[in-house]
Amino acid sequence: MAARETGRPGTTAGSGRGADGATSGGPRRAVVVGGNRIPFARAGGPYAHSSNQDMLTAALEGLVARFGLAGERIGSVAAGAVLKHSRDFNLTREAVLGSALSPTTPAYDVQMACATGMETVVGLANKIRLGQLESAIAGGVDSASDAPIAVSEPLRRILLDLARAKTPQQKLKAVSRLRPAHLAPSAPTTGEPRTGLSMGEHQALTTAAWGVTREAQDELAAASHHRLAAAYERGFFDDLLTPYRRLTRDANLRADTSVEKLGGLKPVFGKTLDTPATMTAGNSTPLSDGASAVLLASDDWAAEHGFTPLATVVDAEAGAVDFVHGTDGLLTAGTYAVARLLERNGLGLEEFDLYEIHEAFASTVLVNLAAWADEEFCRERLGLPGALGTVDRDRLNVTGSSLAAGHPFAATGGRIVATTAKLLAERKAAGGGTPRALISVCAAGGQAVTMIMEAA
Amino acid sequence: MTDTYLNLVNSGFTKKLAKQLGLPRPAVLRRHRPGAPLVPGPVLVLHDDASDPDADALATRLLEWDLDVRRHATGDDRFGAVVVVLTEAATPEALSAPMLALGPVLKRLAPGGRVVTVSRPAASAGSAAAAATRQGVDGALRSLAKELRGGATGNGIVVADGVPVTAPSVAGALHFLLSGRSAYVDGQLLPVTSDAGTLPADPDRPLDGRVAVVTGAARGIGAAIARVLARDGATVVVVDVPAAGDALAKVANEVRGSALQLDITADDAATRLLQHVRSRHGRLDVVVHNAGITRDKLLANMTAEKWDPVVGVNVVAPMRITQGLLDAGALGDGSRVVCLASTSGIAGNRGQTNYAASKAGVVGFVAASAPALAQVGGTINAVAPGFIETDMTARIPFATREVARRLSSLQQGGQPVDVAETIAFLASPQAAGISGETLRVCGQNMVGR
Repeated sequence: MAARETGRPGTTAGSGRGADGATSGGPRRAVVVGGNRIPFARAGGPYAHSSNQDMLTAALEGLVARFGLAGERIGSVAAGAVLKHSRDFNLTREAVLGSALSPTTPAYDVQMACATGMETVVGLANKIRLGQLESAIAGGVDSASDAPIAVSEPLRRILLDLARAKTPQQKLKAVSRLRPAHLAPSAPTTGEPRTGLSMGEHQALTTAAWGVTREAQDELAAASHHRLAAAYERGFFDDLLTPYRRLTRDANLRADTSVEKLGGLKPVFGKTLDTPATMTAGNSTPLSDGASAVLLASDDWAAEHGFTPLATVVDAEAGAVDFVHGTDGLLTAGTYAVARLLERNGLGLEEFDLYEIHEAFASTVLVNLAAWADEEFCRERLGLPGALGTVDRDRLNVTGSSLAAGHPFAATGGRIVATTAKLLAERKAAGGGTPRALISVCAAGGQAVTMIMEAA
Repeated sequence: MTDTYLNLVNSGFTKKLAKQLGLPRPAVLRRHRPGAPLVPGPVLVLHDDASDPDADALATRLLEWDLDVRRHATGDDRFGAVVVVLTEAATPEALSAPMLALGPVLKRLAPGGRVVTVSRPAASAGSAAAAATRQGVDGALRSLAKELRGGATGNGIVVADGVPVTAPSVAGALHFLLSGRSAYVDGQLLPVTSDAGTLPADPDRPLDGRVAVVTGAARGIGAAIARVLARDGATVVVVDVPAAGDALAKVANEVRGSALQLDITADDAATRLLQHVRSRHGRLDVVVHNAGITRDKLLANMTAEKWDPVVGVNVVAPMRITQGLLDAGALGDGSRVVCLASTSGIAGNRGQTNYAASKAGVVGFVAASAPALAQVGGTINAVAPGFIETDMTARIPFATREVARRLSSLQQGGQPVDVAETIAFLASPQAAGISGETLRVCGQNMVGR
């Protein structure tokens, strides 16, 4: 089966030399200097009238201010959006031109569903390691509020024919095909094009298959809110976030939520399955608006500017599963990618100080953990001799994740990388050594991007 | 914010009407524009008999600035400024001749003209007569400033005994008071207590190569301070609370500086500030403690929630951060600390006991800290703004605001840039001889000293 493939990855920041790839001989290090994001809002909230370009520009402006980069030429800026207007074909470059960065800063767009932000980091880090770039900004943005709405397919064809028509007769012929029903707009959905199922319904299948309980999901969701709130309370985000449109914290954050409160919510996904439905609005991420940016650099560039690197991007691995034929769950590609990433770097699952697994749904995280701890799955699907291992929950998403913060698709990668980099630097300052983190972000289309980072 | 009345009485039909009705007519002030002349006309130097040598020395200084310097008020030229040198006047009678010579010239002052007296402090006078004379200068200056119209101002430099009038800070103060930078400084006496300091190579960029920190810089006066310091050549780190981060980022990017989101009342505020500045710039020269808040309430209704934060932000945080920076050895030779006091702290203001306690506290703090800063070769001063046109004063009810605006010799509120210019002067290398002082920027507000 497709999922058994253990071929070398198409996407990697790694040298294949393991976690100590920064030592002499290999490519040089790519470091995370810092990050910035705007608070994430729920769709239809305070950013309802902000475009992707507005929000990405705001995230860049905050980053530029934090690091005093006004007027500077950055090697490259890469960012993207999942819900994207066709007019935003050069979204990132336009955001750069609207920022205080030098207009001679090149920029390009990336799109890999919810892993877009991660993929921008991977690509730029690789360029830095190869010596093609000295500095770079990775980022992402999404607006579920300001989403593009397209005209219906028949209307689109009629309009194009009309534009091509030369004679009045041809024009009349084109217009005569128009029917009232054609005028209904088609809005974007979170449905998978090949299955027609929404992401939530897909995850409900996976949740049921692994028997993840409602209580376990609500516990994870409550922890996410409590941990994110605690991080805000201790000022953790003071140098990771810049307010936007009067929002100073993530709008989705509910510091006072509890397992009991979450337990009162009605299930919204998996209601037609044989098993009891367990997925609610509380243990699933809401549609969100927001943007993030991460400053990456070579050690030399960081030193010249007086910046202390927080972390290094050690290696990365993308994965994809065949969810179309039901072989694997839509959001389980991370289980495979992590196994390959660990093998290449000679690391065990327990050898990390921090784990960041994107909370698309609480059960996404729980299924990942269950799969890695499952001997049969790891033997049969991952091709391993036994279980990959267990994850210490005290090291998992320690400042909360998407369930509390919200999930503007392409902005989540930047949020996680910047947060993880700062956490690693904090751990190193407190306890020495070289703390290490594992990141996994799942994406639509049955994909995922995973990454290893170390304190710089 | 705009002063509509000021605009009306300075243009078109309403200007004529205001004149005929004898309404107060606040002038459009002469503010600094890079490249503009220092003063709007020739400078007349007057003096009493005994001060002739000092007058010569100051006239020579003015000539170095390429000014048209006159020693007699002959002809019918309009003067850009009058400098009255009274440093050696020893008896009250000695003031008569120079003051009576100054009188008729006041009517010939150009719009935005300047009168600057140069004298010695009464406190250190060798005789009672000399003390009376020196104190007399203060009274005369404050009164003549109230006579001036057309945006002209009157201020004095009080040079400590033993400090020559050729001292850099006398020149620096004179340059500042003559210039458009001091547009809203009126009726003030600025003491120079040492001959320390150097004159900048480029008077338009006195802060070249310096690194400055400005707290509360996201908007209003703080943002104006950041802009003026950057214009004068400084690299500026702007600081404000995380909640004001978006406005702060705009200011940082505008001045090509960097933004630090920091609550200045946090225990580790000085450490975090220093960490940012040292790693980025390797040095720290100027700290402007501008961040301030108000929580107005009559004392009869005051609560701890309204009292404590005001004192915490306005005076305790500047004290702790300054001490933290001193302890860390971050403030060295040539360093400058400038705090924001307020005329409310000097004169008192109904409903502002908490604010006045904090701002008067700042006045006391800078006066007491001058020796500690002197030990490392730096200075500490405060600026006390009067009515300044900001978001904060825009919230005052209309009638109260109109009265507050007109209750000064300049008959108008000041602009944030006026406060910023004064701070930039105190932060400059030529202000090394001024420390422990609180300089008012109030258009000679009628309240207080």
